[in-house]
Amino acid sequence: MLKNIITLSLLASMVRYATPLTLAALGGMYSERGGVINIALEGIMLSGAFSAAAVTVKSHSPWIGLLVAAVVGLLVALVHAIASIQFKADQVVVGTAINILFLGIPPLVSGALFESTGSTPQLPREQTLPEIHLPVIDSIPVFKQLLSGHTLITYLAFALVPISYYVLFRTRFGLRLRAVGENPEAADTAGVSVSLIRYSGVLLSGLLAGIGGAYLSIAQNSLFTRNMTGGRGFIALAALIFGKWHPVGAFGACLLFGIAEAVSDQMQGVVAIPVQMIQIMPYILTMIVLAGFIGRATPPAAIGIPYMKEK
Amino acid sequence: MTDAPTFAVELRGITKRFGDLVANDHINISVADRSIHAIIGENGAGKSTAMNILYGFYSADEGEIVIDGQPRQLNGPGDAIRLGLGMVHQHFMLVDPLTVTENIILGAEPSNGPFIDFKTARRRVREISEQYGLRVNPDARVADLSVGQQQRVEILKTLYRGARILILDEPTAVLTPQEVNEMFAILRGLRDQGKTIIIITHKLAEVLALSDEITVMRDGRVVGNLATSDATAEGLARMMVGRDVLLRVKKTEARPRDPVLSVKDLSLRSGERSHKLQGITFNIRGGEILGVAGVEGNGQTELIEILAGLKEPTSGEILLNGESIAGLDPRQVKRLGVAHIPEDRHRRGLLLPFDLAANSILGVHRYPPVCGPLLLNEQFINGRAARLVQDYDVRPPNILLPARALSGGNQQKLIIAREFDIKPKLILVSQPTRGVDIGATEFIHRKLIELRDAGVAILLVSAELDEVLSVSDRVIVLYEGRLVGEVDPKTVSEEEMGLMMTGGRPSKLK
Amino acid sequence: MRGIARELFFPLLAVVAAFAVGGVVVWLIGDSPLLVYELVLTSTFGSIDGIAYTLFYATPLIFTGLAVAVAFKCGLLNIGAEGQLIAGAFATAWVGLTFPTWPALVVTLMAMLAAVLVGGVWSGIPGLLKAKFGAHEVITTIMMNFIAVGLASYLTQHHYRKQGDPILETYAIAEVNGRVVTGPHIPRMSALLGAMGIDFPSRFPLNLAFIFALIACVLVYVFLWKTKWGYELRAVGTSPSAAEYGGISIPRNIVMAMFISGMLAGMVGVNDVLGYRYRYYHDFSANYGFTGIAVALLGRNHPAGVLLAALLFGALNRSALFIDIFTDNVSKDWVVILQGIIILFVACEAVFRLRKGKAAR
Repeated sequence: MLKNIITLSLLASMVRYATPLTLAALGGMYSERGGVINIALEGIMLSGAFSAAAVTVKSHSPWIGLLVAAVVGLLVALVHAIASIQFKADQVVVGTAINILFLGIPPLVSGALFESTGSTPQLPREQTLPEIHLPVIDSIPVFKQLLSGHTLITYLAFALVPISYYVLFRTRFGLRLRAVGENPEAADTAGVSVSLIRYSGVLLSGLLAGIGGAYLSIAQNSLFTRNMTGGRGFIALAALIFGKWHPVGAFGACLLFGIAEAVSDQMQGVVAIPVQMIQIMPYILTMIVLAGFIGRATPPAAIGIPYMKEK
Repeated sequence: MTDAPTFAVELRGITKRFGDLVANDHINISVADRSIHAIIGENGAGKSTAMNILYGFYSADEGEIVIDGQPRQLNGPGDAIRLGLGMVHQHFMLVDPLTVTENIILGAEPSNGPFIDFKTARRRVREISEQYGLRVNPDARVADLSVGQQQRVEILKTLYRGARILILDEPTAVLTPQEVNEMFAILRGLRDQGKTIIIITHKLAEVLALSDEITVMRDGRVVGNLATSDATAEGLARMMVGRDVLLRVKKTEARPRDPVLSVKDLSLRSGERSHKLQGITFNIRGGEILGVAGVEGNGQTELIEILAGLKEPTSGEILLNGESIAGLDPRQVKRLGVAHIPEDRHRRGLLLPFDLAANSILGVHRYPPVCGPLLLNEQFINGRAARLVQDYDVRPPNILLPARALSGGNQQKLIIAREFDIKPKLILVSQPTRGVDIGATEFIHRKLIELRDAGVAILLVSAELDEVLSVSDRVIVLYEGRLVGEVDPKTVSEEEMGLMMTGGRPSKLK
Repeated sequence: MRGIARELFFPLLAVVAAFAVGGVVVWLIGDSPLLVYELVLTSTFGSIDGIAYTLFYATPLIFTGLAVAVAFKCGLLNIGAEGQLIAGAFATAWVGLTFPTWPALVVTLMAMLAAVLVGGVWSGIPGLLKAKFGAHEVITTIMMNFIAVGLASYLTQHHYRKQGDPILETYAIAEVNGRVVTGPHIPRMSALLGAMGIDFPSRFPLNLAFIFALIACVLVYVFLWKTKWGYELRAVGTSPSAAEYGGISIPRNIVMAMFISGMLAGMVGVNDVLGYRYRYYHDFSANYGFTGIAVALLGRNHPAGVLLAALLFGALNRSALFIDIFTDNVSKDWVVILQGIIILFVACEAVFRLRKGKAAR
């Protein structure tokens, strides 16, 4: 009986932990499938988390906070896109710059707005995103604990998995995105605008990672704390690679990494099981995949290379 | 008016210059509607430039393009596609992990709202492929297809976009003989169903077998327009290869000594069935220059890179002074006295941002006196570089200049200086005078002959037939990875050379 | 001379532009940019304290800047210096804790060796994966960063932490009694200069590692530009196909470049563990590894440039505290933002270089 409850609550917290990862990983997928390597997911999530919390404090509405987080994520991604597509800057360096930038911006602004660089003020419960209880699911025992009572962002994240699958493999945009990421020259000669598609991919990644960040500060928690993402942007990147740049694969990896986080969270202080060992599991697994031991992870062929027309 | 031949495409007085080079010099080509029109010529004759102008990639400096009787201004491939042109590049423009259907519809997808209408797409692909006999599985991944099938996908791509006039750049270069036959049947079928086809090629046998009309280009000019029924292989070869001015190189009779390099049955596979090189056997003796003639892409690059240690052969024997060097790395090969002047000096031969002194030691940088136990011997390196720059007349003679600051000719002289300075027994030279001015060309040829007279064995590969014939003492001809014959450069006729280089005499293949 | 001026032009422009943008940020949150600029200058080069602390803050950045530069010269982007320096620092402390009875000087040397070797291995693994499987070094070094953080945290917490210590740090490896340090350590500058009869206040944490950093600049310069190994490494970074033609092994040089890069990052551990804290403190790195990317980029991947850039960023880190205290709203995070802006500007310079390259052709 007790065992059952622990397992269920563990799975429920897996769902919670997997939510921001899934959003960021799917976002990263749009960027990288189009050929732009995006290690700025971490910084974008931070920008989203902070702006969501800060705006909610000022506006008293988590919905406005969420909206602003999405827009801020988009704007940060726009900076990435302009630098790496327009100015043909090294995508990794740009990503690093953005990550460093958002290590600094949230505390600075927080200090200016709220007199505290460590965190934003605690939000009252009614000013975080409401939990949604699903009518039919609520009457089924196991499903209730697992699937009901999450915020809108969780349902959005989960819905985005099949949606992203369809977008990527069934729509015009998805086909062009994949083509641009694999062989931009071929796409170009077929009349596809490489930079337009790449811009769209990078902007989508900002939108989703921004929302993923908002989840941390106004849904899972009720404030923003310094460096609150704690590497989740990089875990999302790892999940994307582990899932071989496929929406369903990446989602599976997010669930796996989410359960690792849930386990380490529940173990904290309870048993002498080294929490850190569970925390580094996603990274070790990704290293193994990159070394080709569990099936090869092959990135999109044109990833990281600015496209230049031969003339 | 009705009895006048209708032309699908006319190029009238097209001229295109790249800097000082006139790639197309007032060329006129008329392609009859519903015909197969071949444009032939050697490398650099201007065929591809003309076709790129027609397809809107380049804009002509002079002249006009007439399509279906209407003068047209093309501002890009998009315009060409709208006017019914389609181009199949020699390098396929395909996205490997995508399916055949996805590749074909990319950029012109049939759709329901944002979704691709894959049902319609697949149906149209199947319809077109059945109509023109271009059989290919619409759901296969392009990466899993053979090269021949990939080419069909490329053709389907143009037909899907409604092309009536197809331009194919060297369509048979990558195909096996069976695939070539199938491709010809397809192209004839396309013509019979109303398409106009322009193919760029240098293979005479294929031109004669396939085309209706032929345009021959040489040095940026059109030198002949004739119906295929009036053409002979000999006549075409003469037109393609014939020169107004023959390069003359002053040299005495070679006095060959013992064999330095002997190559036996050398092969290099590329994929399941095809070969880049097959059964190559030859010797070079000290004191002679062996030329390798052939149209580019027939295995010359691979041959040189194998001999230099950059590629490993699939099978065969390479003996340098009786000792096997197959499988050695480039440094070991160089250490044994093999100098290599690579065909692509920017990619292979030089470290462009490095200064001349640093470039002058590439390949010998590990050995004394260039390198001491710990440090590079800068004094020696600079002294040697200064001497090389002076001896080989590299200009400007400033060894601290980055290599990229030099002109093509001076870059080449630097490489030659570096390579000749190792006191080689064998020199592998590829395209030594490409992009090099006349003065430097003469200089390079003179140096080669000096070394020959000093007893060095030299293998010379060049796409310039003049160069091969005038510098070499013996010449072998490569065609599709095979050695098709050996000729004496003093007595061989242009016609015979042309035939061998273009596979125009299949009997020689055996 | 004109060459040097040209090399300096873009980095200077990036710094000036970053300070301008940073000034706007200050103004936006309601403070005086001039005050902040003044604080940056006076708190750093305005006094002996300022200079000593600036050099101390610059020390780890010289090492990480060099680390990133060496990898970059081989065409590799090592964004894992952070993990390498953490692994190196932990290894340094581990040696000190494991051999408490051995002579201090021997243990000190062993600890330094451990710092560079573990840092090298931590970076060599991504190098090996790149050389053997083509795994992108950016991704693998990111992963290795987190693995280092996790392992060091675990080992510290569960095996080397004093009972009841609220801070995540190991036992001390050396004891401090006023000016006297007993146990494995490297001397402070005050001790070194004092021995030469120069009076240098002992309150400054500046230590021998700074001299090591200067030596590392010279060694890296000599290695890259004066030895055959450096020649090969740079050749691979410049043109792999030309390097191959010259008989240079690409995989070997990738592994070597990454290993050396990690060794340099590992030296940060020597500064912090042997020269400053005498223990491994888990949060000791103020993003030195990532700032190293900025240092290398701004310093043009040349040791002299790295030294200058590290001094600049060291000065910024030094001034962070003063900015925090003496302004109303600006926190020390302003300095981090400035770093980010500088990297962004330097990165975008690529487009100008490309245009120039095209024109030359």
